[in-house]
Amino acid sequence: MFRNLFFAALVAALCAGLVTSAVQYFRVTPLIFAAEAYEGDGAHDHGEAADHTHAEGTPAHSHGDDEWMPQDGFERTAYTVLANVLMAAGYALVIGAVSVLFNLPITWSTGLLWAVGGFAAFSLAPAFGLAPGLPGMPVADTLARQLWWAGTALATGGALLLTAKFRAPWALALAIALAILPHLIGAPQAPDEATGVPASLAASFASAVLFNAAVFWIVLGVTFGRMNDYLAARNHSAGAFA
Amino acid sequence: MNTTISTTGIQSLSISQRLIAGSLALMLGLVLLVGTGFAGDYRLHNGAHDTRHAMGFPCH
Repeated sequence: MFRNLFFAALVAALCAGLVTSAVQYFRVTPLIFAAEAYEGDGAHDHGEAADHTHAEGTPAHSHGDDEWMPQDGFERTAYTVLANVLMAAGYALVIGAVSVLFNLPITWSTGLLWAVGGFAAFSLAPAFGLAPGLPGMPVADTLARQLWWAGTALATGGALLLTAKFRAPWALALAIALAILPHLIGAPQAPDEATGVPASLAASFASAVLFNAAVFWIVLGVTFGRMNDYLAARNHSAGAFA
Repeated sequence: MNTTISTTGIQSLSISQRLIAGSLALMLGLVLLVGTGFAGDYRLHNGAHDTRHAMGFPCH
């Protein structure tokens, strides 16, 4: 069982990770590079960095010459593709786990629903409070933003799960409350600092990130569903002789 | 037993099978997500930097 789940998740992750890598390469990462040219302009001095909780001995976001980072060009792109595939595998295993734990199959026909759910929980809802940001833009404390991001994803995902599992008024009411709660609490707000990153670049980036996320989730959900159908049919015919 | 096999696969599983497979997948998935999207270690951060920005994870 775990082998089937793992295999389907892996194939879906590979497809979604490579597709998002292509979208990122042409339409998202160029905006990051453009923003990095402005990094250091304005008042972005990483002054809040001391509050970050990094691994011990790690200089927080200093990006100094002593710190390892992939070389621009092929190496940087290769690491991004690798990170995309690993992240996709993480998302695939998480929705696969939810599917198995709550008995909500991911199939060819429900794959798109899972895609919409994943997009809403992990991309759209967090972006409503924390707009996708470019390097060099002023930001609130990283740990606080990460906590809000994760809490929002969890609450939104929980809300969708409730509506999927229970067709009752109380479930719908609870789901609405759960989905709204993170936005009532509010995301950590960025300090009002000047930045050298042009507003048009930031706006293009925010919409590009959301478009890319939608593509990513559709590919992940649909290929995951298709793989599950394929494996289930194969097991079924194998089981007939068992 | 074969009569209860469904084409969707997971519906034929017992509760305990589901709990084990689901928990394992959840743990592994979260480790991968935290590693690529959240971990503060500078090697993980710098290697996954563009992914974090492009996928809307909180980054610097």
